[in-house]
Amino acid sequence: MRNTLTFDMIFTLLFTVVPMMPKAPKGMKDLPLTPLSLPCEASTGKTGSWRTFRPIVNMEKCTGCRICWVYCPEACIELNEKNQPKINYDYCKGCGICAHECPLEIIEMERERSGQ
Amino acid sequence: MTQVIVETGNRVAGLACKVARADVIAAYPITPQTTVVEQIAELVEGGEMNAKYIRVESEHSAMAACIGAAVGGARTFTATSAHGLALMHEMLHWASAARLPVVMAVVNRAMGPPWNIWADFSDSLSQRDTGWIQFYCADNQEIFDTIIQAYKLCEDKRVFMPAMVCFEGFILSHTSMPVRIPDQKEIDDFLPPFNPPWQIDVDNPVTHGNIVYPDWYMEFRYFMYEAMENARKLIPEIDKEYGKLFGIEHGGHMEKYRCEDADLIVLSMGTIGSEAKLAIDSLREQGHKAGAARVRVFRPFPADEIRRMADNAQMLTVIDRQVSYGMEGPLHTEVKASLYSAKDPPLTTGFITGLGGRDVTVRDIENMVHKSLQYLKAGKVEKDVEWIGLKE
Repeated sequence: MRNTLTFDMIFTLLFTVVPMMPKAPKGMKDLPLTPLSLPCEASTGKTGSWRTFRPIVNMEKCTGCRICWVYCPEACIELNEKNQPKINYDYCKGCGICAHECPLEIIEMERERSGQ
Repeated sequence: MTQVIVETGNRVAGLACKVARADVIAAYPITPQTTVVEQIAELVEGGEMNAKYIRVESEHSAMAACIGAAVGGARTFTATSAHGLALMHEMLHWASAARLPVVMAVVNRAMGPPWNIWADFSDSLSQRDTGWIQFYCADNQEIFDTIIQAYKLCEDKRVFMPAMVCFEGFILSHTSMPVRIPDQKEIDDFLPPFNPPWQIDVDNPVTHGNIVYPDWYMEFRYFMYEAMENARKLIPEIDKEYGKLFGIEHGGHMEKYRCEDADLIVLSMGTIGSEAKLAIDSLREQGHKAGAARVRVFRPFPADEIRRMADNAQMLTVIDRQVSYGMEGPLHTEVKASLYSAKDPPLTTGFITGLGGRDVTVRDIENMVHKSLQYLKAGKVEKDVEWIGLKE
């Protein structure tokens, strides 16, 4: 699953800031002056499969302080209406930073079992 | 209104940054920093300059902050010297490859050890291949004019490259000279506000400096090569335009002195180039047809111009205030490389001198010329590289 982000998506015309339409470069004339990539989700695929430990949040105790959301290096935590974390396990690599930073220590890192 | 002030090179550089209306200045404040940024800090703090001054913890961070600000569309400035420039090295590549028109004053000082804070070009010439345009100044007026011209050049859409405006430590940085400061409005007309073709925008997020695989990487490097070639054409044009408006021209790529009919030309950079003029006058009085050419721009290197100059000359004497260990003086190397395709190239000889702030006198330059004249008479260069002023 390498390269799901194709070069079609990477290059965008530099001198016309709007509209930022992805365009596949055919030659040098299509390239911007310096490389830019447009936002896209997870260029290397669903990295959740790399995970050894899975963060589990005790939602009953969570106060919605959003510290985990700020610290998540993968930006794979979204917030619900109470500002509590909703972890996207398709992309969470299980680094454990959220559990480490949680001031209430209510995020447990549980070992993944095969087939989960 | 045009003003004439008497100021040090450092303060003139700071003033040029103000007159150029830089928006963001990021600098490390401690040694090897010079008073360039002290002056700017005063101007910003005193409300005389409308800019954001960011004090950072290292030169590496200073350049990183300039890069960030430039991507945000700001006109940026910083200054450094010697080891500070060396610490910036990684970010120098970043600024040029991201095509950001950062302008930086580099006060040329020797690299240690042994610890030495005096002038030579070992700091900036070590950064030759970072993709920065490099100017070398010979007096304080030129520092001022070159900083203004550098913004004009770097922000041209055919260029979009960063530039270093280099001047020798103490010889210029701490020496007061009269400098003409043109009227702010006239400078504003010459140098309109920075108008970036694109900039980071939170509403249209992009990743800047992403990975590019081997099938497209080379093209981006070619763009930089092309930009330098464009800069090569624009430098004399901008210098001429500036000269027309403000009455001061610096010769474009090279300042030439009595070169037209010269058999022998002394090539040098920075203040040695000013000193060489006095030597030339004295040599002319002795009956030698000698001239001096001072290379103002080391990157892009004025190879064509040197080739053209060599058409008439029979001998080039190259003086380097820097040595590339394992070879020779860097200016000497470039001059020889430029001459390779000349039809009937003149003889060249290289002298290394003035390292770590050692004085290079008019008498020294005359001696180098006399040595060169002997080679010319013999039709053969006995010593390709010679160190001048070494103790026995």
